[in-house]
Amino acid sequence: MTAAAVPTAPAAVPTGLARGRGGGGPASKRIVVAYGFWIFILSDMVMFSAMFAAYAVLYGNTAGGPTGAELFNIRNVFIETLSLLFSSYTCGLGALSAERRDPTRFLIFAALTFLLGTAFLVIEVTEFSGMVEKGAGPTRSAFLSAFFTLVGTHGVHVASGLIALVYLVAQVVVKGLHPAILRRLLCWSLFWHALDIVWVGVFTLVYLLRA
Amino acid sequence: MNSHEHVFDDRTPGVEEHEPTASYLSYTAGLALAILATAASFIVSQTNLLWPPGIPVGLIVLAFAQIGVHLVFFLHLGSGPDSTNNILALAFGVLIVFLVITGSVWIIANLNTNMMAMPMQ
Repeated sequence: MTAAAVPTAPAAVPTGLARGRGGGGPASKRIVVAYGFWIFILSDMVMFSAMFAAYAVLYGNTAGGPTGAELFNIRNVFIETLSLLFSSYTCGLGALSAERRDPTRFLIFAALTFLLGTAFLVIEVTEFSGMVEKGAGPTRSAFLSAFFTLVGTHGVHVASGLIALVYLVAQVVVKGLHPAILRRLLCWSLFWHALDIVWVGVFTLVYLLRA
Repeated sequence: MNSHEHVFDDRTPGVEEHEPTASYLSYTAGLALAILATAASFIVSQTNLLWPPGIPVGLIVLAFAQIGVHLVFFLHLGSGPDSTNNILALAFGVLIVFLVITGSVWIIANLNTNMMAMPMQ
């Protein structure tokens, strides 16, 4: 673009502040990509809302089987909650280090995020297998079907997030922190933070309100 | 010309620019607030610190507070122009989530109340 082709925009428009809204030119790719991914996350939230609704409707239908208060170990849930919360924190710091082009720090934070996410999954899987051994599997009652669907779907999201993280770290190691990879990291961190928000709903509705 | 250089950089649409982002401090503040809300939830649910019939309401309020903390400090939803589209989409998402959950609970509660008494097996 030559200097002559640059339009002389009215000086009153606060260009730097109004990108993507008519005055300041198009929004940057980073903003647009994050917006598209945000729409995906919201659709995921709508799917979770159906499972939350099913659980809220069915939690009393234990069919003579064990109730939540008998099955849940609140101490374990607290540890799970903290590991997911801290992994959200390290994920945010990792994304920040990546944006500041600091690969060493990014790798350390990514490793911490992965470890904390794995800790969460290990506790959850142990809890699930303990329940199935006690005869409280998903087929026992409507309450347990709803429980395993809701908490299990969240667990599957965490597991796929961990796989995606390994894939992203491999991309950073091989290709470096260039803009396209930074956008993928941004989307991944949005996904990971969103999972933590879903978990806030899970521990409140499933574990605390009924315990 | 010089005064315009800061305003109109010669940028092709969609090309990356350096975006101002959050700081380590804002993540740490978010973490502290989230831990506070989480700990409060667990304490309230396990003790009689709150008037017992009010515990569910207290837990729901704490959950919404924590979700707000996560949205602002971790997902960086703010009042800036870059966030307006995201906030509009979020408002629509919250509407759908609210309709699905309260609608289901309301309908099924009505069905349960109006169901004819069945002999216990």
